[in-house]
Amino acid sequence: MTIGLAHYLAVAAILFTIGVFGIFVNRKNVIIILMSIELILLAVNINLVSFSVYLHQVVGQIFAMFVLTVAAAEAAVGLAILVTFFRNRGDIAVDDVNMMKG
Amino acid sequence: MDFYGALQVALPEAFLAVSALALLVLGAVTAARGAILVSVLAGVALLVAAVLAAVGPLGTAFSGGLVADNASAFAKVAIYAMSAVAVLLGAGWLERLKARQFEYPVLILLAAIGMGIMASSGDLISLYIGVELQSLALYVLAAFRRDDAKASEAGLKYFVLGALSSGLLLYGASLIYGFAGSVKFVDIAATVHAGAGTGVLFGLVFLICGLAFKVSAAPFHMWTPDVYEGAPTPVVAFFGAAPKLAAMVLFARALADAFSGAADQWRQVVIIIALASMLLGAFAGLVQKNLKRLWAYSSIANVGYALVGLSAGTREGYQSMLVFMVLYMIDVTGFFACLAALNRNGKPMETIDDMAGLMRERPGMALAMTAFAVSAIGFPPFSGFWAKFFVFKAILAAGYVQHALPVGLAVSVAVVGLVSSVVAAFYYLRLIKVMWFDPAPGAVDAAPADAKGIAYAAALFSFPVVMVGLPLLYPLAGVAAAAFGLG
Repeated sequence: MTIGLAHYLAVAAILFTIGVFGIFVNRKNVIIILMSIELILLAVNINLVSFSVYLHQVVGQIFAMFVLTVAAAEAAVGLAILVTFFRNRGDIAVDDVNMMKG
Repeated sequence: MDFYGALQVALPEAFLAVSALALLVLGAVTAARGAILVSVLAGVALLVAAVLAAVGPLGTAFSGGLVADNASAFAKVAIYAMSAVAVLLGAGWLERLKARQFEYPVLILLAAIGMGIMASSGDLISLYIGVELQSLALYVLAAFRRDDAKASEAGLKYFVLGALSSGLLLYGASLIYGFAGSVKFVDIAATVHAGAGTGVLFGLVFLICGLAFKVSAAPFHMWTPDVYEGAPTPVVAFFGAAPKLAAMVLFARALADAFSGAADQWRQVVIIIALASMLLGAFAGLVQKNLKRLWAYSSIANVGYALVGLSAGTREGYQSMLVFMVLYMIDVTGFFACLAALNRNGKPMETIDDMAGLMRERPGMALAMTAFAVSAIGFPPFSGFWAKFFVFKAILAAGYVQHALPVGLAVSVAVVGLVSSVVAAFYYLRLIKVMWFDPAPGAVDAAPADAKGIAYAAALFSFPVVMVGLPLLYPLAGVAAAAFGLG
């Protein structure tokens, strides 16, 4: 069996789904949400790179480079906000993010 | 096009980027002393960028990644001008808090660059980069008051849901790239015209979901009430205005420039999102007590009206959407400027009950807020009426005249829109009743001049200036809408 485009897309789709479920199902820790976000972005990168190889274009890989850079910036901003949240509340459990409702 | 020509096309954003970096250094060197100076210079930089966007050369740059056309020029002038207002409002607010943080105007500048790129994106890469540049700055702004538990919770919620929506958008973009074979909107449009496959449409749905998150349309609205309630009021004044217009223009550009060939497919999705937003905004707003939360639901409903214009898929529909967003931006900024100005014994007045007796305490502010509420109801001749009027006219014309969609569908969308605006009138009228007729529980602090000035200016625009402004704005929006590549 040769590994073709469909296999890569399937892996990316599975990773993407795990990432989305990680955000919604997880009730424990905000750090896990950050990890899930990374997972989503990396699933997209697999998509982009495999399409890029399949289409014999370099554009997809350039796009993946941009995504990697933005993912790093996003993690930095996310962790910074998480630190301010922790300083105010002393906890980062997802169930505690509930001051505003309605 | 050579690099110099490309830079000329991208001059407003390039200028803002250089200004943001220079101001960051200036702020770091002068620290708290220079905070006011940084704010002033940031406001000037935004106004200069607005002028550059208005008079700059049109064309495409960076191999189609950045498009400067009439639509982007129209949107950028509005976006940069509203960002300058946000800088002014924020500078006064920080001064009163005794927290002279120069980061605030710099973050608004960075968000403005992102919004400029969104408004003139010509391919999927610049679409994503624009959205992220804007969003990352907005996450930080939402959590700007580091010592406030509510603000940091708002920032955290905004970040998590915003990052998820960026992920959806990006996954859609990757599928569109793969199945259409290009990231450029023009190439995608050619592929879609030849027949859109399942893969491209699948990607398009993800892209629409991601963009609906960014404009806070139902069912992707859940971050909006929490972020509006938790974030500082001047920041919300910014959130409610310019980023919404930028995201709507990006939405319009993606649908018109890249997917005009699949209009029948995306129209269904956009209509469902628009109907859900209008109804949810109207009904969920009924039970709200906090005014910032209430105006969050109001913004969800208003985005629904703008999406009605978009779903018409005609030039007139796009024109009405642009007019709607500009009029709405001015109203919402004015309303939050009122909220930022009103305090009772040093505590911000944020609930409807807090507004009791405002007419006797502060008649000017009460009149301004009444104007915004009446305008939001859509009562003629206030600006909100004209905004809705053009949107409904466009969707009905798309059904009856251009035959872009079935007449029955066009009529039912307009009817749902009218019904939901009647329902929403209840909460706006309740606010007016509380302000005018309920007894005041205590004295209201004096309103600061900057917020008061912005509120009065916006109220005067809402009526009567709109009667003069509209005959200028409407044809301008028409010229802008003609730039979208409607099929």
